Amino acid sequence: MSLPLFAFFGALAVFSALGMIFQRNPVHALLSFALTLLDIGILFMGLGAVTVGFLQISIYVGAIMVLFLFVIWLLNLQSDPPLGGQLWLKFVGAIGASALAAELASLFVQGQSQIKSAPLPDDYGSLASLAKLLFSDYLVAFEVTSVLLLAAVVGAIGLARRIPASSSRPSNEEHENFRSAAG
Amino acid sequence: MVAIELLIGAIKALVILVLVLNLTGVLLWFERKGAALIQDRIGANRAAIFGVGKKLGMPNFGFINTLIADPVKLFTKEDFIPDGADRFVHGLAPFLALFPVIITFAVVPIGDVLTIGSRSITLQAAELNVAALYILAVLGVGVYGVALGGWASNNRWALLGGIRASAQMISYEIAMGLAIIAVVVVYGSLDLQEMCRAQGGVWFGWLPRWGILLQPVSFLLLLTSGMAESKRVPFDLPEGESELVAGYFTEYSGGKQAVFMMTDFAEVVLVATLITLFFFGGWQVPWLYADGFHFPGPHGASLHLPNLLVAILQIIAFWAKVVFFCCFQILIRWTLPRLRYDQLMQFGWKGLVPLALLNLLATAFVVVAMGAK
Repeated sequence: MSLPLFAFFGALAVFSALGMIFQRNPVHALLSFALTLLDIGILFMGLGAVTVGFLQISIYVGAIMVLFLFVIWLLNLQSDPPLGGQLWLKFVGAIGASALAAELASLFVQGQSQIKSAPLPDDYGSLASLAKLLFSDYLVAFEVTSVLLLAAVVGAIGLARRIPASSSRPSNEEHENFRSAAG
Repeated sequence: MVAIELLIGAIKALVILVLVLNLTGVLLWFERKGAALIQDRIGANRAAIFGVGKKLGMPNFGFINTLIADPVKLFTKEDFIPDGADRFVHGLAPFLALFPVIITFAVVPIGDVLTIGSRSITLQAAELNVAALYILAVLGVGVYGVALGGWASNNRWALLGGIRASAQMISYEIAMGLAIIAVVVVYGSLDLQEMCRAQGGVWFGWLPRWGILLQPVSFLLLLTSGMAESKRVPFDLPEGESELVAGYFTEYSGGKQAVFMMTDFAEVVLVATLITLFFFGGWQVPWLYADGFHFPGPHGASLHLPNLLVAILQIIAFWAKVVFFCCFQILIRWTLPRLRYDQLMQFGWKGLVPLALLNLLATAFVVVAMGAK
C-alpha cells in the first residue's frame, strides 16, 4: 500500500473512531464504528493480509455491527443528554486517558528502534496459509473458542426465553381456530 | 505503459457497470410485461412518441412507458423527507443499499482472455483470488441500506420493514454462504475465473462440465437464499404492502425510491450472475475452446475461430445465461404467494441451513475420498 493511500485510510480510521466517541446519537455512533471496522479491513488488505481483511469486513461489519443495530432498536436507545455536572468523573477520565496516551506514546517511541523487517513468505495472507495455521497449530484454541461461543449462545437463549404462560397468550391452535372461524 | 493498463482497467470497469445498470433497467420492463403475460393482461402499452409505431403497424411494447417515462417521472418528483426523520441517514440509506450490490460485479468474469496484439486482457474488472469471499463480505454490508432506511424515516411501518429486512437478510446469508463454500470446496479455489475455467471441457465426450452436475443441492440453496436476499415475492416481507404500506421505503419518494427499486433489480441480476458462474459454466459455451468449436461425436467435427470471435461468443453466452436466470426469478416472483414471517424464519433456519450443512459435509467427504487437493 502506497504511503498516501495508507495515510488516507489511517486518518479515516482515526476520524471515524473519534466520531464514534463523540456522537450523541447511538445509531450515528454505530455507523462511525462500522466505518472504522471497514477501514481497518482495508488496512489489513493493504498490508497483504487480503483474506483477513475480507473476513474482518464480513464478520464485524456484516454481522456483529448489524446485531448492535438490533440491540439499539430493541432497547429503544435515545440520544444521550450532554454530560452535565459530575466534575470528578471528568477529572478521573482525563487522568486515565492521559495515562493511556502516555503509555502508547512511550511504547511507540521504544518500538521505533526495535522494528525489524523480514521478507514475507510466498503464501502470506492467502486463505490456504491461514487455514493451515488455524487447523494445525491453533486447532485446540480455535475449537475451544467455538465451543465457548456456542455455550454463550445457548446460555443467552436460555436466559432470554420466556416460559410460556398457558393462559395469557393464545396457543397456535387457538390462532388457527380463530382464523378459520373468521375467514 | 501504466497509462494503458489504467485505461484498460477503466474500460473494463465501465463496460461491466454499464451492462449491469442497463440490465436492471431492462428488467423493469421484463417484470411488467412478464407479469402481464402471466396474468393474461396486456401490460404497459400506452406511451408512444407521436404514435410512430402505430402508423408503421407495430404493436406497442411499452418500452417508452417503462424505460423512459417512468424513470423521468421518478427522478423529477419531489424528494420528500418526513418531519422528524434523520436527514443525513435518510439520504445515505438508498446508496448504502445500492453500492455494495453494484461493486460485487467488479470480480465477475464475463469472458476468458482476449488477446489484442501482444497484450492479453482478462475479461474481469478486478482479478482477485479471493473473489468468493469478497462477494460474501460485500453482500454482508448491504444490510445497512435497508435497515437504516427503515430507521431513519421515523415511521413505524418503515422501522418494522427495516427490522424484518435485516433479520431476513442475515438469516439467509448463512445458507447462501454455506452453499457457496460447498462450491468452493469442489473447485478448490475462491477465484471465480478459475472456477469458470474448471467448468470447461466435457464428460463422457459430450456433457459439458458444468457445476450444476456436481452441486445440484447447492444450486437450489443458492437460488432460494439468493431470492430471499433480494427481498422479492415470495420473500418480500420487508415490503409487505398489505401489512406495512411499503415497508422500509414507505417514506421514500422520487429518486431515492427509484434507487431502492434499482437495488432490488440489481440483486436479481447478482443472483442470476452467481448462479451462472457457479453452476452453469459462467462464460463457457458448450464445446467451445480457446481455438474454436470441437463438436462431440464419432467424426469429431471442429471449427476454428479467431480469439476475438471466441471472446465475443463467451461474453454473449454469459449474458444470455444471466438474462435467462433473471427471467426465471421473475417467473417465480409471479407464481408463488408470500410466506408468513414465522414460515420464512423456519424455512431458513430449520430447512435451508441444516440442508446446506449436510451438503457441505457430504461434499467434503467426497472430495477427500477422491483424493482431490
